[in-house]
Amino acid sequence: MSDAAPMFPLRVRDLRWEAGGRAILDGLDLDLAGEGITILLGPNGAGKSVLLRTLCGLLEPQAGTIDWGGGRRPESGVAMVFQHARMLRDSVCGNVELALLPARLAAGERRERALAVLERVGLAQRAADSARALSGGERQRLALARAWVTQPRLLLLDEPTASLDPSSVDRIERIVREIRTEGTRILMTTHNLGQATRLADDVVFIDAGRVCEHAPVQRFFARPASQAARLYIQGELPWRMAF
Amino acid sequence: MNAFSLAISEAFALLAGFDHRVAEIVGLSLQVSGLAVLLGTLIGLPLGACLGVGRFRGRQLLVIALNGCMGLPSVVVGVVVYLLLSRSGPLGDLGLLYSPTAMVLAQTVLVAPLMAAIARQTIEDAWHDYEEEFRVLRLRWIDSVRVLLHDCRHSLLVAVLAGLGRAMSEVGAVMIVGGNIDRSTRTMTTAIALETSKGDLPLAVALGLVLLAVILVLNGLALVVRQWAMRRYA
Repeated sequence: MSDAAPMFPLRVRDLRWEAGGRAILDGLDLDLAGEGITILLGPNGAGKSVLLRTLCGLLEPQAGTIDWGGGRRPESGVAMVFQHARMLRDSVCGNVELALLPARLAAGERRERALAVLERVGLAQRAADSARALSGGERQRLALARAWVTQPRLLLLDEPTASLDPSSVDRIERIVREIRTEGTRILMTTHNLGQATRLADDVVFIDAGRVCEHAPVQRFFARPASQAARLYIQGELPWRMAF
Repeated sequence: MNAFSLAISEAFALLAGFDHRVAEIVGLSLQVSGLAVLLGTLIGLPLGACLGVGRFRGRQLLVIALNGCMGLPSVVVGVVVYLLLSRSGPLGDLGLLYSPTAMVLAQTVLVAPLMAAIARQTIEDAWHDYEEEFRVLRLRWIDSVRVLLHDCRHSLLVAVLAGLGRAMSEVGAVMIVGGNIDRSTRTMTTAIALETSKGDLPLAVALGLVLLAVILVLNGLALVVRQWAMRRYA
């Protein structure tokens, strides 16, 4: 694991982020302990992706605080996989090696580590192929490998299985579980409720830029406390989102 | 046979006979322009990439200046380099005036901003695509520049070709700093200008044909490389 600075418990308080006069995060509070997989659920536009981007430092909140284990955000140790990962016009292995550039490793060691992680995501045979020639599922596995190779303590996954077939989803989920067993804390967004039940230890439900509910996965799906979460689980649009 | 068709047929005869004057002039032109483009590549592409990725105060002004330099008149560059290299100039002691080295310097000054400006736009577009990934990976900006130069290498061929086109077709600057001295600093373009004014049209046309052929072959090669890259890297 990279960087020894404490990261957990992660405390987000009164986080605000606006775009075009609209509050995407509207006083969001969240507490994350140091283990497990937390799934972020919520309708489109609820602020899930913005929250992930804020946590990994891509967006600067306009108000609120993020306390990383009592301090500021560590220099390293946070990785993120986007819904549509961008791949360099390079080999599969070269794309993983990219993530190791900041570590200033020797080229041989970079390659060795990249190949080791590609083996774990089932892409070792394609290490020399062009990354842009991969299928959607393979591309997401490569994106996971690129994040995993940095040995993050917090891994943020923004709908990593959107638009993938069931077999690809299954492979991604197995990799996510494996990453978790190595001690990486995972915060992931999805609209796939089945996936949430399969992967999550706990669920955070976000609506209109606020956390409506944060509960263990069984309790969330058996007895959702908020009306918005109940409607979301039932597949109904909350009244605020209705046209 | 009119003057035009006579010039063309005599030009082909010169080329078919591997005329040593033509070969000498073509060789020097390729040498001077090749070196200038090489220097322009080494200076212009990294400079353009740094401007494409970097965000600093004054960047916009630099971009405007660089874009302005794309249309730098070659005679102006020639005069400036002439003043720098002339006996009384700051680099006069080097004794480079009226030498191929002076011509390389002048052409480098012409092509480097052009190549930098094209590279800046190419790299900036790529940077917009990759910025989030690179920021999450905490890549240092210099690593981002290196990675993007490599990633855009096939697109940057356009910048190199543009530089080569400008260098090969340029006449004003090399005429001023080279002096168009026979068997020493005479390039295809300066020779064409001179021979036309002297009325030796066959040689001028022969050199013009070689110039066109060189540019067409290089563009063809670049197209082949780009198509190969598209297949290889999808």
